Amino acid sequence: MNDLSFLKPASRQIDFDNFDDRLLLYVLQYEPSFFTCISCGGCTATCSAGNLTNFNVRKIGLWLRRGETEKLSEEIQKCMFCGKCTLVCPRDINIRNVILLIKKRIAMLKNENSPA
Amino acid sequence: MNNKHVAVIGGGIAGMEAASVLARQGLKVTLIEKQANTGGKLNDWDHLFPDFSSPEVLVNSLATKTKDSGVNTVYNTEISRIERAGKRFELRANQDARFYADAVLVASGFNVFDATIKEEYGYGLFGNVITSVDFEKRMKKHGQLHTIQGTDPKRVAIIHCVGSRDAKVGNTYCSKVCCITGIKQAIEISEMLPDCEVFCFYMDLRLYGSKFDSLYLQAQKRHKIQFIRGRLSEAAERADKSIQIKAEDTLQGRPLRMTVDMVILLVGMEPGASTSQLIQKNQMTVDENGFLKSANVHCARNQSTQEGIFMAGTAICPMAVNETIENARSATTEIIHFFENRRP
Repeated sequence: MNDLSFLKPASRQIDFDNFDDRLLLYVLQYEPSFFTCISCGGCTATCSAGNLTNFNVRKIGLWLRRGETEKLSEEIQKCMFCGKCTLVCPRDINIRNVILLIKKRIAMLKNENSPA
Repeated sequence: MNNKHVAVIGGGIAGMEAASVLARQGLKVTLIEKQANTGGKLNDWDHLFPDFSSPEVLVNSLATKTKDSGVNTVYNTEISRIERAGKRFELRANQDARFYADAVLVASGFNVFDATIKEEYGYGLFGNVITSVDFEKRMKKHGQLHTIQGTDPKRVAIIHCVGSRDAKVGNTYCSKVCCITGIKQAIEISEMLPDCEVFCFYMDLRLYGSKFDSLYLQAQKRHKIQFIRGRLSEAAERADKSIQIKAEDTLQGRPLRMTVDMVILLVGMEPGASTSQLIQKNQMTVDENGFLKSANVHCARNQSTQEGIFMAGTAICPMAVNETIENARSATTEIIHFFENRRP
């Protein structure tokens, strides 16, 4: 059989109708300040990990809002929890805690999905 | 109404405009200024946005209007208390001077944000980090911009939202005039020093005035000012006194660092230092930002929460010069209505 998958490529659109809110709702429950982010990038500018790798704290927040669970579970490993992002945030968001909550929730989801 | 006496606190542009309008309406007006001359903060300013006009001309014309209309101006007098005394008000000043008035207009203005509070930006620590107010003062005094080493800057970074929209310093509101001030100063630097690169670091550009966007366009088109969407996280001084700044270029999605010869911090407006004193011993209150609260933000903007005490200008909220003058005029209408509707 010929591979005809190129005729139906995966869509690049953000699909709000099939929104994976499992991470977002958990983060907002314990760190509601997260919703006030205005994407100023102060966190990324000061980030210890972001200056050495392609880790971007601000984008972690964006992906969280868009339900990009897959991307997040990989990216989140790069954070070193130094907390500088939290120090510079003009919205006073505890960003360090946001990252921690994402990590926790991902671990929970992995446990739920793994066979007993 | 002609025998009514209005005390106007603050001889800045709002106080002068309101005092002269009220006096021309036949009221007895005392304008009380804490400094040795009127004009307030505009006396330190070099040029106004959006037309690069001189504030000196404006201040002088207001001073003439105030004088010609018969306003009694009192200098070197700072009011510390406004108390109700029957139907009138008693105003107490620092050196035991007292004033009595049938209505009071508070035009006590604003304070400039103290940029040393944002330690990570290095103001007060690094000689080449200055504020937008310092820029105006230097331009007015020397007509030129030099680094602390005495050289022409080759690269300048202008930082938006310093002390505004920042929960870390307790000011979550927008000071609204800084964005356009930054663009105005960027154009001035570029005209003065054509070889100098100018960068504006912003979170959002809030150019609300009808002529502001054309200035933005002019800055890009004619002056090649570069706008980078990202908030500064910190500044550090290098051995040669240049400043290294860090931000994220959020549209690229990558952290950015840049070495500049000078940094200009666009400092915001804060409630005036005397505001907390003036609201004691009366029913005036402040809003969530610490500015004087209006009885109604739509239809009674100039009325305070204490009947008989009115407000004008930046004591209410951050305002541009033209808005301040318009606002002062609207306050006079409310004061005149107050006297007309009051039973003798």
